This record gives sequence, C-alpha cells and structure tokens, in this order.
Amino acid sequence: MKQKSVAVVGAAETTQMGKIPNQSQLALHADAALNAMADAGLTAKDIDGVATAGDSPVETAHYLGITPTWVDGTSVGGCSFMLHVRHAAAAINEGLCNTVLITHAESGRSRVGARRFSRDPQSQQGQFEVPYGITNPPSMFTIPALRYMKTYGVTEEDVAMVAVIQREWAAKNPRASFRDLITVDDVLNSRMISWPFRLLMCCLVTDGGGALILTSAERAKDFPQKPVYILGTGESVETPMVSQMEDFTTSKAFRVSGKKAFDEAGIAHSDVDHLMIYDAFAHLPIYGLEDLGFCERGEGAAFIRERNTAPGGKLPLNTNGGGLSYMHSGMYGMYALQESVRQMRGIAPAQVPDAKISIAHGVGGMFASSGTIVFSNEAP
Amino acid sequence: MADYKRPLPQPTPETQHFWDGCRDGEIRLQRCKSCDHTYFPPRDFCPACSAREVEVVKASGKATLYSYIINHRPRPDFGEEPHSIAVVQLEEGPRMMTNIVGCPQTPEALELDMPLEVTFEKATDEISLPKFRPAK
Repeated sequence: MKQKSVAVVGAAETTQMGKIPNQSQLALHADAALNAMADAGLTAKDIDGVATAGDSPVETAHYLGITPTWVDGTSVGGCSFMLHVRHAAAAINEGLCNTVLITHAESGRSRVGARRFSRDPQSQQGQFEVPYGITNPPSMFTIPALRYMKTYGVTEEDVAMVAVIQREWAAKNPRASFRDLITVDDVLNSRMISWPFRLLMCCLVTDGGGALILTSAERAKDFPQKPVYILGTGESVETPMVSQMEDFTTSKAFRVSGKKAFDEAGIAHSDVDHLMIYDAFAHLPIYGLEDLGFCERGEGAAFIRERNTAPGGKLPLNTNGGGLSYMHSGMYGMYALQESVRQMRGIAPAQVPDAKISIAHGVGGMFASSGTIVFSNEAP
Repeated sequence: MADYKRPLPQPTPETQHFWDGCRDGEIRLQRCKSCDHTYFPPRDFCPACSAREVEVVKASGKATLYSYIINHRPRPDFGEEPHSIAVVQLEEGPRMMTNIVGCPQTPEALELDMPLEVTFEKATDEISLPKFRPAK
C-alpha cells in the first residue's frame, strides 16, 4: 500500500469566500496556495510538484514562482483534486517529487478572469445533447434523478430533506454562505429550476478556492500541523454525456472509484467516522451513499431522512454544509477535501468528536468522473 | 430555415450517416457484425467488443420515456414556456437525449415509460433533429 506513506501537511481555503469581485481567478489560486504554504511553513521554493484543474498548472506554477519536477493537469471536473491527490501520492512514492501543491480557484460568481464556457458543436455533446436545450449543470446533472425516484419510490420531499439536513450542518459553520435553518416546505416552495429540482436543491455559485500540500509521511512528522494520512484512493470515469450513463439509478464511476479506495485502505464501512460526498445537487449524496456501499440500493434517501447523516447521527455527512449551503465555486471537490482535512486535524467548526477516518468522495462533470480519498489522522 | 436560432450540431465524418438519416426521416443506429451490439452515439467501431466491422441499421422510431427534467430557466430560443429535456430508451436498446413534443410540458403529461414515437424537426436543409411525441 504505497499510498499509505503520504500525508497532507498543508491545507487552506482562500482568505475570503463567497463574492470576491476584487480578485481574479488566478489571484485566488495564489491566495489559496500562499495560505496553504503558510499553514505548512513553506514557500514556493520548497514546492517541486504542482497540480491544478480547469486552469493550467503551467500558469499557477509560473505565477507562484515554482519550478516543478512533476506536474498534473488532470481536469475531469470538480473531483479533479481527488485525482490529483491520488496521482501526487503515487508520484511522491515513486520519487518524482517531494512536496506537491494542489490548487483550485474559481471566480464562479463574479467571473473575474474566469474561463468562458463553450461547447464545440462537433463534439459528441455538441451534436447529441446541446441541441435539445441543455445549458449548464441544472439542466443536465438533474436528468437521471426522476428515473431513480420512480425506481425506488423516492419522493420530492425526500430529495428536499437532503438540503434541509445539510443546512443544519451549515448553521454550525461561520464561513457557510447560508446558515438559516430551512424546512422541506421551504425547499419545495423555492423557485423551480429544472422540475423536479427547486433552487434550494441546487448548489451555490460563489467565488473562492483552496489548496493542499502533500509530502511523504516520513517527512510529514517535521511539519507544524498534525499530519493527515492518505490511506486509500480511487478514481474512474464513465461518460461525457449524462444521457449515456449506463444506469440512471447508479454511477459506475462512483462504484469503481469508491471500491478502489476502500480496498486500498483496507477498511470497512463501519470504520468511517466522517464522510464528504460532493453535492452539486440534492440527489448526489443519495447516489453517493449507495454507490460507496454505505446503504443498499434505494435506501439512501431513507438513510438521510432518518437522520443518520445529520448532526448527532452515526455517519456525519457534508459537515461544512456542502455545496448546497457552504460554498460552490464550480469545482467543489477541493472544499470536500478541505473539510475532511479539518475533521482529521480536529479543527472543523462542526467537529465530529474522536473522528479517525474520513472519506471525501467527488464527482466531476455530470456523473462523468469520480475520485475518492480515504484520510486518517493516525499513521498507517 | 434561416430563422432557426437554437444551437445546431455539426456532423463529423463518423456521425454524418446519422444526421443524413435524420434529414431523410429515419434514425440510423449502428450494429456490430461480430457481437450484434446495437449502439449510439455513432462511431466506426463497436464499443462493446472493439471490432471495426459495423453496419448502419434503421431504427423503428419507437421509444419509451426513460427520464427527464422540465427546464424553467430562461431559454428564449426555446420559447417563453418551460420545456422538457428528456432521455428516451429506443426500442433497439440505445438511449438518446431529445425533447418530448406534441403534449403539455408538465409532470402530469410526461409519465416515465410512456410509449413515444420519433418526429423530425427540420432546422436547416442539412439538419433535422429527432424529437419524440406520445405514440398514437
């Protein structure tokens, strides 16, 4: 288990979050990176590996003054940072580099220096999906949900409950964008976006970023922060077109990535104290719980409704408030990783007492890709 | 139809037969000569067994409604009213994204698994889009 010998020694988000019109996307990368380097007691001269998604690692490396011996520009959507952690662990173990910086930033709301979103009309999606009126994630990511709901008898109220419970977690987090408690009726009465999805079932659109620094577990002991060890990792991809998912009630990428991470870590589900599942929309935690194996197929919604993932429940889930209530700048996977690291360091605003193992599970595109990281605060 | 304002597909060499079929009023799928797998979207090999020997086959045009959303966000090119974005299951097996037309764009009118039939919406002289309506 080579991955067991790597740890997170620096982790931070951007200084500000939410609406940041006075900083470009590139400046947000740098802000997150500088905060993570300060957290680890490092400067750019100490970094020899760089990874980012969406934007180019060439740009971030040069902007920060880093001359890397290893770069990773894997960009498969919002879970790319989980894949970066996985690839970085392998690279560090292989001796390709010693200290890796992974950054995410997006001026998702203010759109300052942000990439323009366009689809080539000759691409598969451009030919076979775009002509029917898909615009952005709310009109794509949501399409499988109705089939899931009919298959398992899951109601709109059940899906709304996901947002209600995550708001309970957000209420405990001073940095969360939305902190006022909400009810199922509030969710169902919020503005219709893509029936059956209402506004409060959809993630936020904010500005912000985050960065992680990884090194070997052996070196990690000499850093100022409590090391957070990587026990297991997984990744997979399925399809660039949501319409071509093999089965609309389950994500193949989730299942493959999750199993790989669990097998590599050598842990059982009952060992997991804390869980993050990328929630761009309210149905995703339901799919994630089932596809990672925490619930049987069709039981994820009831598991949430019965408060197993709520404050005080046996499996605390999305304890920062999630993409639905905490923040979502476009590629939320970085924030899921940050919350796992905070929980393992014991410094999260809604800290899970005595948590020793945390999983951060990400999705990219519209069920296009997935990455899973198993963390622990105990050396493997 | 110079007034067609919505995004149009641009065929590639591997997909031209599909769009030619739509222009001529039929859905053309592909079938593997080795393993008999029928598939979509188009490509010139079999995604199930990697064989390069594949043939174009005409689909029946019959389908059922697999899943959908009703888009309420502004899309002036699709009109003022909310519209469906759906995935249908073709009789031959593959699924495709489309719009359901010829019925109210409401949850009551759009029932999962309802039988559908293809209808082609002419956008330009070269491009017609396969849409689906409730089967008669």
